Amino acid sequence: MSTEASDLDRYAEKARELLNHAEAGDHEAVGEVLDELTRLRETELFREVGKLTRELHEALKSFRTDNRLSELAANDIPDAQDRLNHVIELTENAAHKTLTALEESLESLSGLGSEGQELAAEWKRFRQRELSATEFRDLSRRMDAFFQRLEAEGATVQSKLTDALMAQDYQDLTGQIIRRVMKLVKEVEDGLVSLISISAPERATERRKTADKRVADPSELEGPQVPGHESDTAVQGQDEVDDLLSSLGF
Amino acid sequence: MSSDKNMKILIVDDFSTMRRIIKNLLRDLGYNNTAEADDGNTALPMLKKGGFDFLITDWNMPGMDGLTLLKNVRAEEDLKDLPVLMVTAESKREQIIEAAQAGVNGYIVKPFTAATLKEKIDKIFERIGSAG
Repeated sequence: MSTEASDLDRYAEKARELLNHAEAGDHEAVGEVLDELTRLRETELFREVGKLTRELHEALKSFRTDNRLSELAANDIPDAQDRLNHVIELTENAAHKTLTALEESLESLSGLGSEGQELAAEWKRFRQRELSATEFRDLSRRMDAFFQRLEAEGATVQSKLTDALMAQDYQDLTGQIIRRVMKLVKEVEDGLVSLISISAPERATERRKTADKRVADPSELEGPQVPGHESDTAVQGQDEVDDLLSSLGF
Repeated sequence: MSSDKNMKILIVDDFSTMRRIIKNLLRDLGYNNTAEADDGNTALPMLKKGGFDFLITDWNMPGMDGLTLLKNVRAEEDLKDLPVLMVTAESKREQIIEAAQAGVNGYIVKPFTAATLKEKIDKIFERIGSAG
């Protein structure tokens, strides 16, 4: 700013001299002042080129040494890949669990309806006293077997359907993991934006400050633990939660 | 005292699938009287209206999170004794301790099983029963 100000002062001074000489009709002096003005202009130009060169140099240097960006590239992006792979695993397992439960339920139920229909028809014949003693003994044996099967398959199907129901918890867990990866993507975006705006350093520092604040917050919730990326202080399952709570008098 | 099967339970989770799972599990356990909310901001006015006997809440939710909801519940004269079970993916020790200090009655980490849910509910109401 001060060089620019003194430049302007010098320009003003020369301009006044130029005006005085011109009004006095001193051609030679006017030429001299004009030469001096041109020299002044050239020095300013050189200084500007020097400044640009320095800025370019700084920009290239910070491009190479921007820690957060290289950290993002080295750690967080691979970390995000692991998280997303875990999402794929969770959804795949859930789909398989659900399909298995449904297939086994269908198998359990297969033939149950038609067998029931047949027995109901026989039972109706019995009520109408159309069955012989041998036929009734046969029907009674079949009904015993049917009731036993009904009891067993009923329990099986109920437990399979509960499995299918529980398998749906993947949606909550994967949703939370995906949101975290989206946050990372946003951070990478911010990093790139600040790289672009590096020629305006005040804006870049402002962005860096908010990024650091986000990383340093210890009370931030972590969400589901991802295999291989567990927090040091995370418990391993419900048993450890119970132990911890009972140590607190629960 | 064991839990009353007719008690009214509020299930708070931002994921509808998780609410549905918990609701179905509760129904399996014989609890049919349930209502749902998707975060603390929705849950708190419902609780303040009264009639709820038990609160099951997630922690990490947009809007008002589960811990803030718990603190609000404990600060409310009419709600301060409401049993609260937290069902959450947050598994850091300091967070479990924080929830305990805020007055949670039970803490389940996701993913969880039907047996765990039953066990924790039974335990909560056993303790309340023995405390008189």
